[in-house]
Amino acid sequence: MNKQYDMLSPEALGKIDREVAKYPADQKQSAVMAALVIAQDEKGWLPKETIAVVAGYLGMPPMAAYEVASFYNMYDLHPVGKYKLTVCTNLPCALSGGVHAADYVKEKLGIDFNETTPDGKFTLKEGECMGACGDAPVLLVNNKRMCSFMLPEAIDKLLAECK
Amino acid sequence: MALIDTINPLLTTGWSKGDAGWSLKDYEARGGYAQLKRILSSKMSQDEVIAEVKKSALRGRGGAGFPAGLKWSFMPKAAPEKYVVCNTDEGEPGTFKDRDLLRYDPHSTIEGMIIAAYAVGAKRGYNYIHGEIFDIYQRFEEALDQARAAGYLGERILGSDFSFDLFAHHGWGAYICGEETGLLESIEGKKGQPRYKPPFPANFGLYGKPTTINNTETFAAIPFIMGMGGEAYLNLGKPNNGGTKLFSVSGHVNRPGNYEVPMGTPFAKLLEMAGGMRGGRKLKAVIPGGSSAPVLPAEVMMDCTMDYDSIAKAGSMLGSGAVIVMDETVCMVKALERLSYFYFEESCGQCTPCREGSGWLYRVVHRIEHGEGRPEDLDLLNRVTDNMMGKTICALADAAAFPVRSFIKHFKSEFEYHIEHKKCLVSPEVQRAGSGFFKAGAA
Repeated sequence: MNKQYDMLSPEALGKIDREVAKYPADQKQSAVMAALVIAQDEKGWLPKETIAVVAGYLGMPPMAAYEVASFYNMYDLHPVGKYKLTVCTNLPCALSGGVHAADYVKEKLGIDFNETTPDGKFTLKEGECMGACGDAPVLLVNNKRMCSFMLPEAIDKLLAECK
Repeated sequence: MALIDTINPLLTTGWSKGDAGWSLKDYEARGGYAQLKRILSSKMSQDEVIAEVKKSALRGRGGAGFPAGLKWSFMPKAAPEKYVVCNTDEGEPGTFKDRDLLRYDPHSTIEGMIIAAYAVGAKRGYNYIHGEIFDIYQRFEEALDQARAAGYLGERILGSDFSFDLFAHHGWGAYICGEETGLLESIEGKKGQPRYKPPFPANFGLYGKPTTINNTETFAAIPFIMGMGGEAYLNLGKPNNGGTKLFSVSGHVNRPGNYEVPMGTPFAKLLEMAGGMRGGRKLKAVIPGGSSAPVLPAEVMMDCTMDYDSIAKAGSMLGSGAVIVMDETVCMVKALERLSYFYFEESCGQCTPCREGSGWLYRVVHRIEHGEGRPEDLDLLNRVTDNMMGKTICALADAAAFPVRSFIKHFKSEFEYHIEHKKCLVSPEVQRAGSGFFKAGAA
């Protein structure tokens, strides 16, 4: 194993290899979106050095990987709390309380959008359509867990669960 | 949310067991993969398959409504390397049908893609799945493994000469990737910025190769069309608007959710299926086809039937079939502000009219909503949209402009009231009660 890739665990590199195998042999770059997610899951966020490592592993220029990381909303280019909560406030959600749910979380945590609680536990983000408008209000926990029908009691329960 | 109500279930046949009915054996038990087997064993020609889809008048379910069979027929026959791509980057506000399709019945989309690949001669395919629904992406990968193990995917499928493999690719938060060429760029591992067209994907698609790209619901309908025949499918709907359609109903109804109805079903019937208006309140307006579609006032909408032609005649678009229902508690200025913020946020920045125009629209609507509107602002908004529509590489600029123009057109007095009185026509207390977030009587 090339030393420069030590920054990512063998498990993460194995997962990236499985993504690379989905694409034609000369199109490794296609795996960059999945690879950056795998790296972000491992590191908690995406420092520039990590992005460069992913780029090197896929044989693409670091800038090309950075362009991808900075274009798509769910890559975190700055540190976030242990739990990143992203609340959808788009119109269909707002009609069923999406904005009120965001306000409620803000009040409970004492932070605004794009802020992290002082204990480093929660970061709050404003999200756009997650394709679950029938379940509004909806929010995502750490990008991958969708929570539906987030009325006050459900929010209280979720926040209590996040240790 | 699993199935609540339907008329003529096709796409939703497998939904009745909720999360317990999605796997390969469930799909096979309800006749799944029978059409693929029939096509391969009877050695149906590619042209015969395409002719059947053309006969069905199946129109693209992602928003543009382009005839699917015609799209397939554009694929060059001779090209050695071709692709089939499915667009499950479902980010059009109000739309959540493809999520449930892949959640409750992923194999109908897989079978539809395999049949499409056979018809256009593709050896490899991808399903691009919205990043926000990661659990659905994982389930789809599991469904692909099942199909591969059963011999429906891979080399020499079911002992035939036809080989095809299919993979899942996830997005990570960019509305623009729902645009088909932006999506192809994204699969190539780049920023999802749309390409100039022509050339269209049928000539220059993924990795520069001929590519057929359709929406999830379009592919999912294919096994049913092949099963009942194109003509029978067409007759379920109305001429030029074949088959059934999934409608995602959100907003102020008692039972938000997906409803499958034949094309041409009255809007009033769909509203009734969704449980009617929440709290028995009065219908004010409906966006009938996803947030990019022009809004229609209640009285216009109540006369519409749910099909491409009827909604177009009323001045809007059926789009993705996302029906956003608004009642009398809605401030139309605030509603538009939310949408304008979305398009501003999601413009990819490639074309100046969209990048700058979407910012202008948001800032001007924002100042009207916040009591700083000026009398000339409504003309200004319309002028900005004039400079956006039709002047960019993709349709995002138009999508940002349509809500602004239609909200002002149909609810002008509300905007004027805001500018003159520096507050909402609908009181804050009424608006607050409308969302259903707070229990009645709670502070």
